[in-house]
Amino acid sequence: MIKQILFIITLLITFGVFAYSVTRLWGFFRLTKPAYPIKNIGARISHTLNVAFGQAKIFRKPVIGLMHALVFWGFLVITLGSIEMVVDGVSGLDRAFAFTGWFYDVVIASGDVFALLIIIFIKLFSIRRMFLKVKRFSGVEMTSKANWDAQLSLFFIGFLMVSLICFNMGYISNHPNGYEGVYPVSATLVNLFGWDFSWLQEPGWWVHILLIFTFANYLPYSKHFHVFLSIPNVFLANLEPITKYPNLESITREVKLMLDPETAYDENAEVARFGVKDVEDVSWKNYMDSLSCTQCGRCTDVCPANITGKLLSPRKIFVDLRKRMDEKGPLAIAGKEDNKSLLRDYISEEEIWACTTCNACAQECPIDISHPNLIMDMRRYLVMEESAAPAGLNVMFANIENNGAPWQFSPEDRMKWTE
Amino acid sequence: MTIETKIDVPVMADVTAKGEKPEYLYWVGCAGAFDDRYQKVARAFAKILNHLGVSYAVLGKEESCTGDAAKRAGNEMLFQMQAMQNIEILNGYEVKKIICTCPHCYNTLKNEYPDLGGNYEVINYAVFLDEMIRTGKLKLENNPFKGETITYHDPCYLGRGNGIYDAPRNVVKAVFGEVKEMKRARSYGLCCGAGGAQMFKEAEKGDKEVNIERTEEIIERKVDKVASACPFCMTMLTDGIKLKNKEAELQNLDIAEIIEKALNL
Repeated sequence: MIKQILFIITLLITFGVFAYSVTRLWGFFRLTKPAYPIKNIGARISHTLNVAFGQAKIFRKPVIGLMHALVFWGFLVITLGSIEMVVDGVSGLDRAFAFTGWFYDVVIASGDVFALLIIIFIKLFSIRRMFLKVKRFSGVEMTSKANWDAQLSLFFIGFLMVSLICFNMGYISNHPNGYEGVYPVSATLVNLFGWDFSWLQEPGWWVHILLIFTFANYLPYSKHFHVFLSIPNVFLANLEPITKYPNLESITREVKLMLDPETAYDENAEVARFGVKDVEDVSWKNYMDSLSCTQCGRCTDVCPANITGKLLSPRKIFVDLRKRMDEKGPLAIAGKEDNKSLLRDYISEEEIWACTTCNACAQECPIDISHPNLIMDMRRYLVMEESAAPAGLNVMFANIENNGAPWQFSPEDRMKWTE
Repeated sequence: MTIETKIDVPVMADVTAKGEKPEYLYWVGCAGAFDDRYQKVARAFAKILNHLGVSYAVLGKEESCTGDAAKRAGNEMLFQMQAMQNIEILNGYEVKKIICTCPHCYNTLKNEYPDLGGNYEVINYAVFLDEMIRTGKLKLENNPFKGETITYHDPCYLGRGNGIYDAPRNVVKAVFGEVKEMKRARSYGLCCGAGGAQMFKEAEKGDKEVNIERTEEIIERKVDKVASACPFCMTMLTDGIKLKNKEAELQNLDIAEIIEKALNL
C-alpha cells in the first residue's frame, strides 16, 4: 500500500513536470506559421510504417543502421513492459498483463533479449562517440554541451536496460516455483551465478521506473526528444517530391493583381513578412523538425557545400532554429523583443547562399526533415525584404526580367540553336 | 568536326496557324536555346524527335525562363511572374504534354506549375527515350563508342527530386552495354555544384569547388566518358574536366548526344 501511494505520487509529479514542458513547447508552436494541410492519411500510415517502424532510411548506412534499428525495435517492445510496470505500480498488481498468455511471453522474452543487445550497442555507441573520430559528430554546432547531452542520453538508456535485467533477475529468484513470462537472458544469468537475487527485484523495479520518469522529463530539453517526436515527425512529413518547393500564396495574390488589375483586392489578406527572418516566420513543421532532430549529422555528411569546406551545415540550421526558439519564444510570449534574429545572429548569409538545393540532406534525413526548403525560405527574406542577394544573382534576376532568360540573350535569338 | 546544318524544328505559332495541334511541346529551356555547349544537346534531341517522326513543336520566341533559378534564389515574385506568363501561353495553345531536356525546367513545370494553374503531363526526355528504345521505335544497332567505358552522373532534380534513376541509365546501356557506377550514385549522387542558382553566382569560400570534388570522383573511376542529363551538370563537369586537364582522356556527353551518335543523325 505504501509502495502504491509512493508510486502514484511519483507518477503525478512526472506527469506534472512533463505537462509543464509540453505547455511551454505548445506556446512556442503557437508563434509559428501554418505548414501544408495534413491529408492522405493512408499514404502517411504506410510511409510511417516504412520509414519509422521499418527504419528504411536508417539502413542507408547498413551497419550502424542495423544497430540503431535493433535499439529502436527493442525500445518499442520494452515500452509495452514499461506500461505494465506503471499499471502494476498504480494497482498493486504483479505482472498485470500476464493474462495475455503467449503474447505476453513473446513481448517479455524479446524485451529481455533486446535489453542485453541495447546495453551492448549503447556501450559501443558511447565508445564510438568518445574515441572514434566520426566526422559527422564534429562541427561548430556540435558543442561540448551537445556532446554531453548525447552521452547522458546514452547513459540513461544503458542504465534503463541494466535495471530492467536486474528487476527480471530478482523476479525470477523470488518465484522459484514458476513465474509469468519468459526471460532468456535474465534466467540464464540467474542460473549462471546460482545466487539468490530476490533482493534485486524491488530496487531494480524502482530504479528502472524512476529512470524512465527522469529520462522522460529530461527529453523535452534534450536533442534526444527525438525519442518522442521522430515517429510523429515522419507521419507528418511532406510527401511531395523533395525538390518541390511550395509557391508562396501571398505572392500569387500580388502577381495576379499585377498581371490583372481587375482582380479583386482582398483587404483581409494577412500582410506577412516574405520568407523567414526569425522563429515566428517558420512553419510549425520546421519547428517540429528542429525538436525531432537528434543531430546525427547524416545531412551534413552528404552536403556538397560542407564536403568542400563551405560554412553551410544543414544540421546547424535546425540546431540553431531550436536554440533561437528557446531564446526568443519566452520573450515573444511575454510580448517582448530582443535585437536579434535567427538569420544573421545564428545563421549567416554565407551559410544560406552556399546551398545547392541538391536535397542530398533531405534524402538522407532518417526523419524526413527538409533543410533546403527552410534555407530557401531565408533566401526569400533576404531577396524580397532586403534585396540582399549576391551580385551574380541580381544580374540573373535582371536578365530573366528583361530577356526571359538567366543570361543576357535576346528572346529574338531563341531559335538560333536550330541553325 | 561535322558541319552544323540547320535542322527543321516546328514552332508552335506556325503549326497552330496551319490548324494543326502537335502531340508534344518540346520545352527547350534557356540553356538549350543559348548555352553554346548545351545547344548541341537540344539539337541532338530535336534530331531524334525528327527521326522518330514525333508530332511536336517548340514555343520558340514565346518560350521564357521557367523561373526555377529565380525561385531557388529566393525571388518568388519573379518566379511567379514567369510562371504565370508561361502558363498563359501554354494554356493558350492548349498544351497537354511537355517534354523537357533540362531537369530543372522539368521539376518546376511538373511540380510547381500545377498550383498556379498549369496542369500538363510533363515528361522527362530520359524517360521518353527509354520508352522509345524499349518499345523498339528507336533501333540502336551500331555502337560508335565500341571499346569505350562510361559512367553516369545523376542530376539531383532528376534523381533525388523525381525518382528518375533507371531511365537515363537504360538509355546509356542501350549503346554502351554497361554503366560503370561511381560510389556516390543514384540517391547517393553528389551534386555538380550548380543547383539552387549556384550556376549564376560565385561559390562561397571553401577548400575546393563542388564540381572539382565530383570530377575527381569521375576521374578515379577511370572511364572514357561521363554521361549526364542536365545542362548545369554538363557545364560543371565540362569545366571540371578542363581544369583537371583531362580533356583528352575523358569527355562529357549528354544521353541525347549518345543516341544521336548511335543513330548517326
